[in-house]
Amino acid sequence: MPYLDHAATTPMLPEAIEAMTAQLGLLGNPSSLHRSGRAARRVVEEAREAMAQALGARPSEVVFTGGGTEADNLAIKGLYWSRRAEDDRRRRVLVSAVEHHAVLDSAQWLGEHEGAEIELLPVDRLGRVHPESLREALEREPHSAALVSVMWANNEVGTVQPIAELTQVARMYGVPIHSDAVQAIGQLPVDFAAAGLDAMTVTGHKIGGPIGVGVLLLGHDLTPVPVLHGGGQERDIRSGTLDTPAIAALAVAAELAVKRQPEHAERLIGLREDLIRRVVEVVPEAVLNGDPGPDLEARLPGNAHLSFPGCEGDALLMLLDARGIECSTGSACSAGIAQPSHVLLAMGQAEERARGSLRFSLGHTSTQADVDALVDAIGAVVERARRAGMKSGTKATDHAV
Amino acid sequence: MTSQNRPLRVLAAMSGGVDSAVAAARAAQAGHDVVGVHLALSSNPTSFRTGARGCCTLEDARDARRAADMIGIPFYVWDLAERFREDVIDDFVAEYAAGRTPNPCLRCNEKIKFAAVLDRALALGFDAVCTGHYAKIVETAGGDRELHRSADPDKDQSYVLGVLTAGQLAGAMFPLGESTKAAVRAEAARRGLAVAEKPDSHDICFIADGNTAGFLSGRLGEAPGEIIDHTGAVVGTHQGTHAFTIGQRRGLRIGTPAADGKPRYVLDISPVRRTVTVGPADMLDVDEVVGRKPRWCGPAPEGEVACSAQVRAHGAAVPARASLIGSELRIRLHRPARGVAPGQAIVLYDDTRVIGSATIAAAARTAA
Repeated sequence: MPYLDHAATTPMLPEAIEAMTAQLGLLGNPSSLHRSGRAARRVVEEAREAMAQALGARPSEVVFTGGGTEADNLAIKGLYWSRRAEDDRRRRVLVSAVEHHAVLDSAQWLGEHEGAEIELLPVDRLGRVHPESLREALEREPHSAALVSVMWANNEVGTVQPIAELTQVARMYGVPIHSDAVQAIGQLPVDFAAAGLDAMTVTGHKIGGPIGVGVLLLGHDLTPVPVLHGGGQERDIRSGTLDTPAIAALAVAAELAVKRQPEHAERLIGLREDLIRRVVEVVPEAVLNGDPGPDLEARLPGNAHLSFPGCEGDALLMLLDARGIECSTGSACSAGIAQPSHVLLAMGQAEERARGSLRFSLGHTSTQADVDALVDAIGAVVERARRAGMKSGTKATDHAV
Repeated sequence: MTSQNRPLRVLAAMSGGVDSAVAAARAAQAGHDVVGVHLALSSNPTSFRTGARGCCTLEDARDARRAADMIGIPFYVWDLAERFREDVIDDFVAEYAAGRTPNPCLRCNEKIKFAAVLDRALALGFDAVCTGHYAKIVETAGGDRELHRSADPDKDQSYVLGVLTAGQLAGAMFPLGESTKAAVRAEAARRGLAVAEKPDSHDICFIADGNTAGFLSGRLGEAPGEIIDHTGAVVGTHQGTHAFTIGQRRGLRIGTPAADGKPRYVLDISPVRRTVTVGPADMLDVDEVVGRKPRWCGPAPEGEVACSAQVRAHGAAVPARASLIGSELRIRLHRPARGVAPGQAIVLYDDTRVIGSATIAAAARTAA
């Protein structure tokens, strides 16, 4: 079954499953003081060191969380609260217009309930934030900025952000900068210290680890107000019993992802370019969204996001699903209803084009056969979806979108 | 079930209720290639169901998903909220504003379930849309498809399907036509469908609290006027003609009782003059009905046709004769019917077979 939705989640690495399984049968709360507790604690601390090593951080900068969304919430809310507590003028939260909802909605909530002023940093047609936009936004009123958050690479269209330049700008104004790097790890070289970031989100299940565990890397100067209060774990920043088996698996996955990143990126770029070229051959009106790259600085190696004029994304997805090909419309949903992607809208696309898009994402188990299967199916699928037309009732007339 | 010999690609509309769940299960069991779809029609899907009112909330979507899991079929959600709002809800409000009494379930079948959904399904390669309606499709020896009442007279929904054309019927599948509601619930329980015990949704699916008058006031505002009796005397006031329907007895705020002491009923509604006319029950009787926009389940009838006519969703059919004159359907009822409201449908039957339907435009009592 050709699975082309690795950006949503990817199979656990056998080594990670092994590490997790080994821990599942053991007993011990890492916070307990006795021998069983200390044994569990040791596994956690060794994992912490491994994470730090893999990501260019110090062990003391590693905060284990229940996943990427939780880490993003902790970063955005926790840092806003702590920064504002230090200086009440710091009300502005600057986030890119293409952030994942875990960042965007956290910021929006702060705006609606906590007196924050949310400023969306615009992106260009490729989905990229320009450092000049950040500079201009901070220059306007430097003392009022609480924090900045820009993802390392966009989960929908794959555009890589100029993190090094952005951190330089943030540093110039002394404003902490956070980056959601969940999609980048394992595909791009990611080094927390080298990047100059103050905070960074990592999650297990995008890199072959388990769902339900992640890390917020936090620079030493930062003490976010906790989202989770309780037993005081993770230096009081994130209370809750540490999930030893999941943490062990996460560390193994992170180590392997970072180690294999160069060859993995090269292999994925090969498959991705082949996929894009041949899909466009079959469907000449299909348009690639984001930076065409093809190199690492431009686009996530595994990401191919295309618009198919005259088709609804959910019709395309359903037709591909019926043929066993699994991908995503790349947009948020609650009741299973696709909304036009805020990322595509921020890139200046019309709603109809935004609705007619599919995201194909490759991962460590992807093969040439997956790409071939998609290429074989896409012609007939687009043909049918086009027959069903757009929800508005209009059929496609203008392909030059 | 229809006697289809080859497996069809079937789109099963699943509301999250027990009927559509069992219908989908039967279609799958009959060997068809079934895909379940929940139609998200509500513009406010976050509300949870309170008791038996309202439909198509997130909870309903989840119930539909779980039923699809149990049956073992793929499941998706189609967002038709905007179309539903335009074709059903806005039409509902406009009809009331015009002094008529609409039937939104009919409109939904006509414009959404067997139009928007059916069209999309056919375009995507499906052969039919399957629903949990209590109605039967019978294939004649000649290969025609006829719409008939269901085996359960209490649950028969052929009235709200009477608006379907032959083309629409060709793409419809009603697996519950031979069953009673009790049997369907029992089957749901046997199949392990959690919705076996779920109460049926009543009233209007998009008015969650059941307060139709309140909903309409919200949309149309209050337009007070007079309540007059059949002699023209003013007998009371009202806050908006949209709160009334022909034949209504309750909710009339009339100061003084009628001269004869008998209850008064709404005879006529005029939103333009903002008047509601009331009178005694026998003035409600009509035996001539004019219907517009006729739709036929098969070929249109020629000349005058003997039939039985049903004028409301839950009501007995009355023997009648109907003729199509131009695009107008004239029906003479052999016995008077009471409370025939413009905007409702008049559905014509030949015994259990649905001949067709029209929207009631006017009704009158011929002189004795």
